[in-house]
Amino acid sequence: MAAAAQTQASPTTGSVVELRHVHKWYGEFHVLKDINLQVRLGERVVVCGPSGSGKSTMIRCINRLEEHQRGHIFVEGKELTNDLRQVDAIRKEVGMVFQHFNLFPHMTVLENLILGPTWVRKIPRKEAIDTAMMYLERVKIPEQANKHPGQLSGGQQQRVAIARSLCMKPKIMLFDEPTSALDPEMIKEVLDVMVELAEEGMTMICVTHEMGFARTVGDTMVFMDQGEIVEMAPPAEFFANPKNERTQLFLSQILSH
Amino acid sequence: MTDRTAAHEDWTRPPAATTGVIGWMRKNLFSSWLNSLMTLLAIYVLISTIPGLFQWAFIDAIWGDNPPEVCKNMPGACWSFINEKYRLILFGVYPYEEQWRPLVAMIIFLTLIFGSCIKPLWVLGKWIMAIWAVGLVMVGILMWGGVLGMEYVDQSQWGGLPLTLFLATFGAVLSFPLAILLALGRRSDMPAIKTICVVYIELIRGVPLISILFMASVMFPLFLPTGVSIDKLLRAVVGLILFSAAYGAEIVRGGLQAIPRGQYEAADAMGLTYWQKMGKVILPQALRITIPPMVNGFIGGFKDTSLVLIIGLFDLLYATRLAFQDISWRPYYIEGYVFCALIYFCFCFFMSRYSQWLERYLAKGQNY
Repeated sequence: MAAAAQTQASPTTGSVVELRHVHKWYGEFHVLKDINLQVRLGERVVVCGPSGSGKSTMIRCINRLEEHQRGHIFVEGKELTNDLRQVDAIRKEVGMVFQHFNLFPHMTVLENLILGPTWVRKIPRKEAIDTAMMYLERVKIPEQANKHPGQLSGGQQQRVAIARSLCMKPKIMLFDEPTSALDPEMIKEVLDVMVELAEEGMTMICVTHEMGFARTVGDTMVFMDQGEIVEMAPPAEFFANPKNERTQLFLSQILSH
Repeated sequence: MTDRTAAHEDWTRPPAATTGVIGWMRKNLFSSWLNSLMTLLAIYVLISTIPGLFQWAFIDAIWGDNPPEVCKNMPGACWSFINEKYRLILFGVYPYEEQWRPLVAMIIFLTLIFGSCIKPLWVLGKWIMAIWAVGLVMVGILMWGGVLGMEYVDQSQWGGLPLTLFLATFGAVLSFPLAILLALGRRSDMPAIKTICVVYIELIRGVPLISILFMASVMFPLFLPTGVSIDKLLRAVVGLILFSAAYGAEIVRGGLQAIPRGQYEAADAMGLTYWQKMGKVILPQALRITIPPMVNGFIGGFKDTSLVLIIGLFDLLYATRLAFQDISWRPYYIEGYVFCALIYFCFCFFMSRYSQWLERYLAKGQNY
């Protein structure tokens, strides 16, 4: 790999997120192997793969919850480096929804929603509350604003978590298995919110096993296995005609029931 | 609903309370032969101690203003000793005529403490700090004097309960922020800060409080230029703060470790800075769960202040001992210790109850 080419790297025009030759190790374990991915503005990327394939690690590298050790990651034209201010600037623009919601249990729903806007974006409290209520309407739980997260169902908590990310007015949304910790009857209410978000043109990178969702809203399917991107294709092609054996095996396992 | 018959009534209702006094006793005190044995043993212990104690403390006791000779060879407690010496116990060797000053100072000080603990007064918000500042200046003026026609009283003459309260309060309150910083430092990614905090905590925890007080009192002045001297009380307070901060740091660290990683990640993903993340998200949760061990530490620290006697400060316990140095009252040291213990108990019990209330209050709405 030409080192000179790497140091002069700059993002490809037109991509809001770009991963170029990204590697990561946990000790001796090579968890991300030469990941290359470009995400255009408004593109919906769905990442799937067996557990331990590195898909969560990959999207967690995009807002630096994990550090990559080789290669380059660009978000909105800015490269992720050790510069903490650069990292904070990127995190402002990137919303993240976690598998376990990670709402702050000591705050009310509303306080959860206005924390980022008031402290990171320095928006006046009054305005932040208005925005927060608007997003709570959109995820259809404005009446829960003054409850604590512990008093809500899993589906409601995840919708609050999505609203919390949206309050920061992010340009890109990352979803890390947002429905995996939910009871079956609550999955739909969360997916509905995500579909709506996709229809509005939000750039999304979504790690999920919800293949129905992937088919409806996905622009690009990414299949990962053992730390590599094995296959990348539009959903129609991906589901109808997977090229790689590992993809075929994976799809046969998750679609067989 | 309306056609429910009488026969239905008895199974649609919860079973009638079968407890009553006898029922309760059978269920809780005599449910098995082992339980019965324990109950009888407990009753025996109570019977063999309580009446005797009661007899000594109340029935046979000698109350009121009596000379020590009256108590001689009497079976009961000699509370006349407390009657005679309570001012020495409470205020130490503070000039007798001026003892209203530490009394008023102590009342102001306790009002500040209790006032800060009461929820309706929390609406004052930042004003509480200002009120404290004013209150402490008043306490200082009263204790030292030298102005407003009050005679100057050197700090070496302070003593008794006010001294114990000052030491305990400043030791606890000021060690708390230091403890938080040490705990955060110990979990820091920065090796230099981490090392400093680990070394500090392990070093201070590894030595007895007495040796720290000794160092603060005897060794510290050696490092100061000649002519400069720092108040002995201040040195003792600094020693107490440094000591309890090391213990507090480990308690806070435990709390920090109990907060799930997802909380840190959610705060990071939002773009909060380190101090925003800690101040708004992590510490409020971590400190709530550290209330019980923290208060445990404060209660311990409150009683540890009695060790300052080794550097010559007359705290409550030492003042009590001074009281029965008086040769004619010497046999009545038990009464002195009981009185002193009751005072300690009142404060410790308050702290304990308050922490339980605070825990419940902060847990409101968070059922996790």
